[in-house]
Amino acid sequence: MSAFLALIARDIRLAYADGGAIGTALGFYLVVVALIPLGLGPDLNLLQRIAPGVLWVALLLSALLSMERIFQNDYEDGTLELLTTGPLPLEAVAAAKSLAHWIAAGIPLVLLSPLLGLLLNLEADAFGPLLLTMLAGTPAVSFMGSIGAALTCGIRRGGLLLALLLLPLYVPIIIFAVASVNAMSANYEGWTSPFSILCAMTLASMVLAPVASAAALRYVIH
Amino acid sequence: MSRAEPYLSIRSLRCVRGPRVLINDLSVEVAAGHGLIITGPNGAGKSTLIRTIAGWFRPDRGEVSLIGGDDEKTIAEQCHVIGHLNAVKMQLSVEENLAFIERYFGAALPGAAALERFGLGAIRRVPAAYLSAGQKRRLALARLVMVERPLWLLDEPAVSLDAAGQDLLIALIREHLEGGGIVVAATHTPLDFAPAAELRLGRPVPVPTRGAPAGAGEP
Repeated sequence: MSAFLALIARDIRLAYADGGAIGTALGFYLVVVALIPLGLGPDLNLLQRIAPGVLWVALLLSALLSMERIFQNDYEDGTLELLTTGPLPLEAVAAAKSLAHWIAAGIPLVLLSPLLGLLLNLEADAFGPLLLTMLAGTPAVSFMGSIGAALTCGIRRGGLLLALLLLPLYVPIIIFAVASVNAMSANYEGWTSPFSILCAMTLASMVLAPVASAAALRYVIH
Repeated sequence: MSRAEPYLSIRSLRCVRGPRVLINDLSVEVAAGHGLIITGPNGAGKSTLIRTIAGWFRPDRGEVSLIGGDDEKTIAEQCHVIGHLNAVKMQLSVEENLAFIERYFGAALPGAAALERFGLGAIRRVPAAYLSAGQKRRLALARLVMVERPLWLLDEPAVSLDAAGQDLLIALIREHLEGGGIVVAATHTPLDFAPAAELRLGRPVPVPTRGAPAGAGEP
């Protein structure tokens, strides 16, 4: 357990050190959301209607920017191999690193969202639901993303491939997340089913994604 | 196996990488307290052999086992590998790098004690990115003494070390052998430690095409 925590602590520390991708991810999130209303014009009703979807899409894209680093740096400097000689199985290594990515990148992105919601004229009733779905859904983003990060860590400039690989995995997250925000802000009518599916995806990905990532990492090491 | 000290056994190992057979039918045993020095020209398969022993390269045939070791653990979990890459985090200071090793591996010897031994005490707070190649190598070697493992796999461990660093490395290897450990080292620079056998890898041969006589090659 202490090895697991040590790995999480180190990864969070590295994410905020020089060359970590958190600043890029947060900056990108801000830029995308700030540009949308300028591109669409001053139709406040339109903005209000699309705000939850835009925020979720922008969050996913920003998270993708930092996703590559989950394994790539460790692969390039030999740390990944060092970790395999440690007490943790690769599955636990992948889980720790995904969790660290969620804490270091996912949570700050979620916390920035209400602020950016103001730029999009997000409904007052939708702030709570948006935060809730983001907190429930972003772990799935990090854990599913780790599969793509593991598959592409041996490839230079694998960012595009990573995005293409993860696209189908992220489709259900965004559908159910936006569906639950919309249902919650409309008097909580029928909100439980999309929200339960979102939570189920998070829980399932936390269990299954590390296994897939570990298999991909074994392949890359061999 | 009774409580004998572990020994490394490699049986009829064959490693193929791309179109070439690097290692063909290699069988060797390294007893506790003994070293094995692998030599050979560039591309002979020294690193591949080290990686195969660590379980990072799947051999075509044959097996590697640490007999008398902990059966619950893989060889990777019972060895130290010092490879071409130092596995040092550039953004972290010397101290922080060692602190991670200490916590991740549950080290017997704290990083602070290793600092002095490896001559890193004066630069403990310097980020690893500012270290010289030799200092980074010393930092990588520190885990050899921090975490106790029966098997050391060293791939060119003396690269970029100065004379004092090489003496330190040899002293570490001798201590490890005296304590019943095993050292497998691939090296070009002569490393003076005993008792050690030498394994000379020959030039790799092309993979025999179908129908060609098998077993030809490997001088």
